[in-house]
Amino acid sequence: MGLLFAAPALVGLLVFVAIPFALALILALTNLRLGSPLPLEFMGVEQFRRIFADAAFTRALWNNALFALVVVPLQTGLALGLALLLHQNFRGRILFRTLFFMPVVFPLSLVAVVWTLIYAPGPSGMMNSFLTVVSFGAWEPRDFLHDPLFALPAIMVTSIWQGTGFQMLILLAGLQAIPEELYEAARIDGAGHLGTFLHVTIPQLRNTLIFVVLVTTILAFRLFDQVQIMTQGGPRNASTTVMFEAVQAAFSRQQVAAGAAMSVVLFVVVLAVTMVQQRFARQEREIQ
Amino acid sequence: MAVRMSRQLLHYLTLMVAASVFVAPLLFMVVGSLKPEHQVLVDAGSWRAFVPDEVQLNNYLDVFDRVRFGRYLLNSLFITAMIVLVGLVVNSMAGYAFARLQWRGRTVLFAAVLAIMIIPLEAIAVPLFYQVTMFGWRDTYLVQIIPFVANALSIFLFYTFFVGLPRELEEAARVAGAGVLRTFVSIVVPNSKPVYATVAILTFLMQWGAFLWPLMVTSGEAVRPLPLAVATFYGLPPLQWGDIFAFGVMMISPILIVFLIFQPWFVRGVVATGIKG
Repeated sequence: MGLLFAAPALVGLLVFVAIPFALALILALTNLRLGSPLPLEFMGVEQFRRIFADAAFTRALWNNALFALVVVPLQTGLALGLALLLHQNFRGRILFRTLFFMPVVFPLSLVAVVWTLIYAPGPSGMMNSFLTVVSFGAWEPRDFLHDPLFALPAIMVTSIWQGTGFQMLILLAGLQAIPEELYEAARIDGAGHLGTFLHVTIPQLRNTLIFVVLVTTILAFRLFDQVQIMTQGGPRNASTTVMFEAVQAAFSRQQVAAGAAMSVVLFVVVLAVTMVQQRFARQEREIQ
Repeated sequence: MAVRMSRQLLHYLTLMVAASVFVAPLLFMVVGSLKPEHQVLVDAGSWRAFVPDEVQLNNYLDVFDRVRFGRYLLNSLFITAMIVLVGLVVNSMAGYAFARLQWRGRTVLFAAVLAIMIIPLEAIAVPLFYQVTMFGWRDTYLVQIIPFVANALSIFLFYTFFVGLPRELEEAARVAGAGVLRTFVSIVVPNSKPVYATVAILTFLMQWGAFLWPLMVTSGEAVRPLPLAVATFYGLPPLQWGDIFAFGVMMISPILIVFLIFQPWFVRGVVATGIKG
């Protein structure tokens, strides 16, 4: 009876997650290319050797890593700051929480389209004129999305705008779960604002923070929608990502095996990040 | 007193600055959608971008002239609703089986579900595409619904909730002669509304914006969902930002209304993802 109850979901996971996953592993070891005259062959790790020799793919991997290195600390810090601002008693608390969270319900594709106009080139572009004003005229207008130096950072800013609210809510819940006695005890011990933050808030929030960092890192490696819409990976691969390259390989060039190999690399990264997180979380439990 | 006042003022000021950053792009879109096309670009570089003048609805009419907006909206609503509803049934049953029922293979399969939870769609999208092509499912609703019904995270969330439910009610029902299915439907489900709401909201949030998968599996516009449609509309010449913004406003309004009404549930849904951390 138990198996019967679980069967529909289990069959779904088997057919639409486990089998394609196994298929990715298998295809990555072949030379499958649609419309190719060559016979299907087992090639071992040849496909992996090839994609790592491909400058666009290594650039993509680096871009994802860079994206994670910049966005994870920035977004987590921003989300924590907002959560701390909201974790007080004041009028309009719910209103501000709503405003900060609102971008999360926006589909990424719509966000990407709107931000494309925000990044419009020339002095009359919104971002350009904003930066000119705040820099007192020192800013030189750029064509952000076609500038090798600015394309990826532009996508980062867009992603932070959309994603911060999600992290903020999780951190806010974490803050609310911290027992008030701990703060009182710290105050009795003579700790100031900074002291209670460093010795009560951060340690108590540790697992939540680890989780938020994990989710944001994984999302950084899944990056696709914004790239597809805003830059198409350009200019000259400056903003390409692993997923964008995988889709290009599999669909534009019909190189199914290469696309599969890239997917496998993506999974290995996600797995590694998850394992590191588990390690940190476990250490925490041992300490307690 | 003065110190407290100024601290409060600073607190509000910081909040306002932060809020304006979050609201500006949305306001830009809404205001721009009401302006004549030539005005949108002219105003984009100044505060005028956020102030409507010459309000008119031509952009909205344009959208309906140029594309089948209603169709995309229905597609999105139908696809998301099906994933959410069928998913609730299927995943809650699985969660219940793992939490309460005794059966062979339960432990092993639960470990498998937990392992599957970390595989992102992106890592399997390419082979999954060839698989559904073999099924002959391209360009259908089916291909956008069925692969996403069973969800490891949903199963896990149901599992944790059901494990924490007191057993007494179920035991009473069983003693009174109710079968497993009967007990589940008439005792467990009515007492588990919070987890159903949480999973529903979470699934909705994750599926509503689906872009990569529809981009891969749909080519015609008959089954195309909104997130993909807005991108293709953006690429459809002539490039008219007023129209694109009108499209965006119409696309986001229903979900924004749902969000504002059910906000506490959205909060719970998001927080629930943090539980496993």
